[in-house]
This record gives sequence, structure tokens and C-alpha cells, in this order.
Amino acid sequence: MSAITAELAPERDVTYGRSPLAHFASDVWVLTKRSIARIRREPETLADVTFMPVIFILMFAYVFGGAIVLPGGGNYHEYLIGGMLGMGLAQTAPGVAVALVTDMSTGLIDRFRSLPMSRWAVLMARSIAELLTQIISTVVVVCVGLAIGWRVHTGPAEVIAAFGLALLFGYAFTWAGVCLGMALRSPEAAQQTGFIIFLPLTFISSAFVPIQGMPGWLQPIAEWNPMSALAAACRHLFGNPNPAASVPVWPMQHPELAVVCWSVAMLVVFAPLAVHLYRRKALG
Amino acid sequence: MGEVPAIEAEGLVKHYGKTRALSGFDLVVPAGTVYGLLGPNGAGKTTAVRVFATLLRPDGGRARVQGRDVVTEAAEVRRQIGLTGQYAALDEYLTGRANLIMIGQLSRLTASAARRRADEMLERFSLTVAASRAVKTYSGGMRRRLDLAASLIGYPSVLFLDEPTTGLDPSARAMTWEIVRELAEGGTTLLLTTQYLDEADQLARRVAVIDGGTVIAEGTPEALKSSIGDEHLEVVLAAGTDVEAAIIAVRPFARGRVQPGQDGRRLSVPVAAAEGLTTRVVRALDAAGVQVNDVTIERASLDDVFLSLTGQVSSTEDDRAVEPELEGSAVA
Repeated sequence: MSAITAELAPERDVTYGRSPLAHFASDVWVLTKRSIARIRREPETLADVTFMPVIFILMFAYVFGGAIVLPGGGNYHEYLIGGMLGMGLAQTAPGVAVALVTDMSTGLIDRFRSLPMSRWAVLMARSIAELLTQIISTVVVVCVGLAIGWRVHTGPAEVIAAFGLALLFGYAFTWAGVCLGMALRSPEAAQQTGFIIFLPLTFISSAFVPIQGMPGWLQPIAEWNPMSALAAACRHLFGNPNPAASVPVWPMQHPELAVVCWSVAMLVVFAPLAVHLYRRKALG
Repeated sequence: MGEVPAIEAEGLVKHYGKTRALSGFDLVVPAGTVYGLLGPNGAGKTTAVRVFATLLRPDGGRARVQGRDVVTEAAEVRRQIGLTGQYAALDEYLTGRANLIMIGQLSRLTASAARRRADEMLERFSLTVAASRAVKTYSGGMRRRLDLAASLIGYPSVLFLDEPTTGLDPSARAMTWEIVRELAEGGTTLLLTTQYLDEADQLARRVAVIDGGTVIAEGTPEALKSSIGDEHLEVVLAAGTDVEAAIIAVRPFARGRVQPGQDGRRLSVPVAAAEGLTTRVVRALDAAGVQVNDVTIERASLDDVFLSLTGQVSSTEDDRAVEPELEGSAVA
């Protein structure tokens, strides 16, 4: 009757023969499904990436927007959405840190590490699940944007390029969140630290207000802030008002290229760092 | 096959900063046995298990599981082992069944095999009814059961149970014991850490007592008991008696450390069985002017072994910080 004996798994039930790459892909898929299952069971976990952008858009469009004058003219509602996309994406980074810290503290990561699975699959799956929430956040921003009068004035190629750049940036930024998760001990600390980093990052940029209105000492920070580059790139590609085009600084003159550079740089720095921290944290 | 020990450690060393969690830890666990690792908080039990489970890299020494080195052949080791820690390592938001299927697939079972095995385990651990509920709705006992099921889903030949019954109520504890016995009968090797001596006594065929990161005694529970004296004298002193004088009076009869009880009126003396011993002890106490209410001879328990070897409760406060995952009451 004992279902639990020291018998080995039947040969046909195990996948040991498959290639490492097939194992990696399978592990990533299993763990990504885990994150999606959580969202399906508790959709309210998406509140921060759905309701928050809506509130921000409405606040800026109807409360602050009236007081903001764009250099060179243009509709603020059309200006806003290019910036909001980046904010919606960056906002998911504290979430990924919280999720990883939680898995660490409950011992789930320890269990994963005692299994014959691919170790990096844990981080990879988390980044992919995060990309999915970022897509949801982007869809929300687009829908609300259309409702408040934002329009695209270019063609499909430009639109695809804009969303592609935004998601590339969002994915790269996720790895910063992964590093944050590895560096902190408690989910609360991850939440707070994430917020402290992401708030100035989005606000000291051209995401909501034109750089020209900022004090001189702050302008270089905003000009080189990757969030400004992303906002400028999206505005340029959508054909929306883009006052940053008149700022004679390299990232503002070449925003698309700047976004690619920032994204690659973040991936090159944060992905290996995340793996290193994971390894170090794990092996003690 | 038979002569390769399931678990082996030679001179394991592990530091956390300046603290030595393991200092020259040796262990041999024959295949198919239940082996108890007994020690106070911070003794190094959890650290040792984490090294065997490939979660920690030792700073020195070697460890092998089923003949495979835990550092250089970690991937091979992971195919063989199951691990259950002190906390249920599960995804709170997934259902019990989804947790098991996930762990099964990550243990390299095919998707259909993982589903089948998950259902088998749910049945065996009486969790079928709760299978499609999120784990966060489970009681503590149910979580532990699911956790144990998860550690078994990949057909491990060696199972590490780190304080499997800490914080469980008596019925959940009894159920865990039953499963351990069943696994042992089925041929699984089990390494069990515990602070509860009766647990080791009940379940383990052999026991290692660990303190300060090293094994200070090893053997069958029976051998350990007889090593500190076959018998064991309980002396109950009258109120207001000088305990020190009583200890000095009984020391010539003792075969180990004389242990004063917590209430200050009780002495526990490991002794060798001998004719007329009680009479002589009472005379000695009387000669020393010690008032005695009761003297009884009892057979030694693992508690006595433990106390005689480790000298009371959890060794140092510092060590406790070393193993933050360790929780639970100290052994009194």
C-alpha cells in the first residue's frame, strides 16, 4: 500500500535525457506559469500596474496639466502618454524585487535550489512574468490615453518601434529590480526601496513636465535620465509634441538610439549582477 | 551498492564571519537508515543539512551523498535528494496540487508524470479534499504535509528532514512520525535533525549528538544511553537543602556529569548498575547532612545523554544568530 518507497522514477516519466537548453526552457515555462497563475487567482496584485497609471494619467491630464505649458506649443494630453508609458514600466520593478524577496524568505528558492532544475530559470522566469505585467500596464496606458484624446500621427512601423523600445527598456529595467530583490532581506524593504528609487527616476525626467522648465542644475540630470530618452523616443515615434527635440544634448537628439544604449547597458550590468548576487546569496 | 554510505562527511568546516558553524564535522549514514542529528539551537544541524542539500558550499572538508560530492557533483546529488525545512517552502497562492505539479516538473518529471505523482501524493497525505485550494488557506499541519509530499515527489533516495515537527501539534507530529517510518521501511535514507530527544529515540536507528559544529557522540540510541551509565539516579532533595553539598556527596558514584534540576531540588546522576547502590548513595548523602525526600533509579534516556554531553540548553547566544532559520524552544 505504501505509495512512498525508495523506488526510482520510471524511465518513461523522467526527462533526464533532454538537452540542457530544453530543460532550461521547460523550467522557465513552469515557473512563468506559476507567476501567471498567481495573477489569475488574485488579479488585484495587478492594481499597482493598472490603477496607478490610470490615476496618474487623470491627475496629470486634468489637475496639473492645465498649469503646464509646453515649449513650442502642443497638446499636453498628447505629450503625457509618451511619458506615462515609461512610468508604467518602471513601476513594476519594485514588484519583481518584492516577489523575489518573498520567495527567498519563505524558503521556496532553497527548495528550487535543491532540485535538479536549472538555477537561472528562477530569475529568467521572473523577468518574463514581469514583461507580461508590463504589457498589461502598457495596454492600460494606451486605452486611457486614447480616452483622454491622445492620438498617434504616424504609421504602424513607428508605433511598433515605439512599443518595442518601451518593452525593451522595461525588460532591461526589470533586471535592476531583480538585483534590488537580491540585495534586500524583507519584502517591505524591497517595496520601500523600490519606491524611493523609482519615484525620483520618473519625476526628474521629461515624463510629465518639459525639461526646459526645470532649474539649470537639475536639467543635465533630466536630460541624461533614461526615462527622458524613452519619453522623447515615444513622442517622436508617435508624432506627439516633443519639446525635448530642441534640447541640444545627445540623448535628446537621438532618443531612440539612447533608449537602446540604456537598455543594453542595463542588461549588461544588471543581468550578470543579478545572477552573481543570486549565486552568492544562495551559497552563503 | 551496499557499501557506499548514503551520506558521508569528512571534516566539514563552515564559517559565518568569525563564527564557526561547522568545525570538523564527520558523519557516515549507511543507506536505508533513519539517522538522527541531535543538538541544541545553533549547534550546526541546519548548516550541515544545507551543505548536504547543496545549498551551502563548505569552507573545508568534503561531503558526499550517494557517493557524489556535494560541491563538484551537485547536479547529480540533487537528483537523489529531497529536502524539507522548518518552514513549508511552498507557493502560497498556488493550489496544493499546482505546487506539487510544479515541484514535480522541476524535479525533471514529465508533465503527465508530475500530475499523476501529485495526485498519488495528495492521496497518500490525505490532502485530496484540499488539493484545489490555495495553500494560504491551509493549516500549519496541512502545510507541513504538503511540504513533505513536495520533497518526495521527485522519487528521492535520500531525504533531509530539518526539524520536521518543530511547531506541530501532537497529532500532526504523530502523522509525520508515521510517514518517516513508512519511508524507512520502503528503503529511503533519512537524515533527521531534531531538538526533541524522544523523536530521535523513537525514529532513528543511529544518532549523532552535535554541539559547537562538531559531532561529540555517535551511535545507536541504546549504545549512547549505556555509554553514560546504564542507570540513572534521581535524587529529590528536601526543601532548603544545600544542593552543592548534595552534588559533592553523590559525585563519587557518578559516571558522568551530575545534573542539578531546574527547581534546585532534584539531582540527576548517571551511574553504573551495582548491588546496593541506592543504600550507599543514601548513606553518603546522610553523612553529608543532606536531607533527601526520594531516591529512585531509572534507566538512562537520550535526554540524559544529551544533557551529559552538551551540558544543558542551547550552547551560546552567538550561535543562534548563525542559523537564523532555526526557531523553536530550547531543550530544557
